Amino acid sequence: MAEDTTKRLAIIAAHGTLDTAYPPFILATAAAAMDMEVAVFFTFYGLQILKKGRIDKLKVPPIANPAMPVPMPNIIGMLPGMTAAATAMMNSWMKKAKVAKLSELLETAKELGVRLIACQMTMDVMGIKKEDLVEGLEIGGAATFLEFASHNAITLTF
Amino acid sequence: MDITANQTLDASGLSCPMPIIKTKKAVDGMKVGEVLKMISTDPGSVSDVKAWAGKTGHELLGHEETEGKYVFYIKKAK
Repeated sequence: MAEDTTKRLAIIAAHGTLDTAYPPFILATAAAAMDMEVAVFFTFYGLQILKKGRIDKLKVPPIANPAMPVPMPNIIGMLPGMTAAATAMMNSWMKKAKVAKLSELLETAKELGVRLIACQMTMDVMGIKKEDLVEGLEIGGAATFLEFASHNAITLTF
Repeated sequence: MDITANQTLDASGLSCPMPIIKTKKAVDGMKVGEVLKMISTDPGSVSDVKAWAGKTGHELLGHEETEGKYVFYIKKAK
């Protein structure tokens, strides 16, 4: 291994939609498979990803998302049921491309030793208790994440 | 490709990042010097397996493409 390369990846997951939840998990598990040390800090809406039973039920917002492969005017996206329709569409594309489910990537991350840090402050703000979250997490704050990241980590925010 | 593999991993049908995750797990369970034959259908793995080998230090002995399948030979280096 080249000695001039960093061995750490520090990720902030701050959003809780289906499309924003994938990149942190894909990069975290890939980095761990490349023998890197990885930590993901789940904060604000990102913490919702880790609520028990939630990870495979995340949704895609059809509003204010002009990059959707099938463009949807905002006024249509506002109609009842459109979030569910956009989510179903995305899920079917993911399934067709045989992309792993988020729950599978979460288990893989744990198995490969990725540190999953739940933000204590977000738990306080959103009234989330430790028992509301999946097993195998650490609970910490900004300093926990920053201490890890300060050792020459690549840092990514989603 | 005339390389004898000690173990074969079929990652066909899997999408990024699973081929390299399965590769890592397979290589972890092997002895130094042994060769893993990994089969993937993900075109991205051509670049990803090279990058993975470069980062982890395992040796990519070679790869070949036949009928939509990408076959990699990886030697465990450490």
